[in-house]
Amino acid sequence: MWRTLDLDYALRFLVGGSIVSAFAILGDLLRPKSFAGLFGAAPSVALATLMLTFGKEGPAYVATEARSMILGAVAFFVFGFLVCQLLMRFRLPALAATGSMLAIWLAVAFGLKQIFIG
Amino acid sequence: MVRAKLSSLKEGRWYEYAIRFALGGASTAVASIIADIWGPVTGGLFLSFPAILCASATLVESHERRRKSEHKMRGHRRGTDAAALETAGAALGSIALAIFALAVWRLTPNFGAMSLAVGSGAWLLVAITLWRLRQHARWTR
Repeated sequence: MWRTLDLDYALRFLVGGSIVSAFAILGDLLRPKSFAGLFGAAPSVALATLMLTFGKEGPAYVATEARSMILGAVAFFVFGFLVCQLLMRFRLPALAATGSMLAIWLAVAFGLKQIFIG
Repeated sequence: MVRAKLSSLKEGRWYEYAIRFALGGASTAVASIIADIWGPVTGGLFLSFPAILCASATLVESHERRRKSEHKMRGHRRGTDAAALETAGAALGSIALAIFALAVWRLTPNFGAMSLAVGSGAWLLVAITLWRLRQHARWTR
């Protein structure tokens, strides 16, 4: 059983890495930069995960994950807005700004889940 | 006007692509582990986790700083400006990400895996529309 789980996670790692890299290369290629930035929120991890989950768990499980993903995306918007403010107003380095705001993403995402789903 | 700039690929170092591959793979695997332990409701949240944006904003910032330092200039301000632009674009893209998730959620029961293709199309369409609206708003301001 553990061996099957390990193989499943390894496969997810490879597929996820490949899809994220493909979107990242597209983001690097495209100009202007404001358009390329859209690829920072591409559904790359979601595509990799949900594609593999369809076969393993079925459509009901995928639909449940997608419903929660909407709340994660709202938290992503708040995260992006706050990081942008930290970079423009306080001139923090990007790693410090994005790293510190991950806690906000977690708080908003779990807060929304608690409010809307329970 | 959106265009592709092939020379921008030369600015990237091999290890930067390796970092993004590893981060993307790890994010996907961790999202699955969380879903396996705590269920799909909690796991689904992590399909929108902004780990990749952390890496790409940091890489964009270092590219700009490196480019400026090659011309013997300090690039701190330019670097943070570029990272902020990347993040603002991603914040806009997160609205399209929510539309992707909404499409998959509503369409999956009837259309199965086809909902992923429809969701991806909806993501692209909404992302481009929002970007164009933003450009239009900036020009007319």
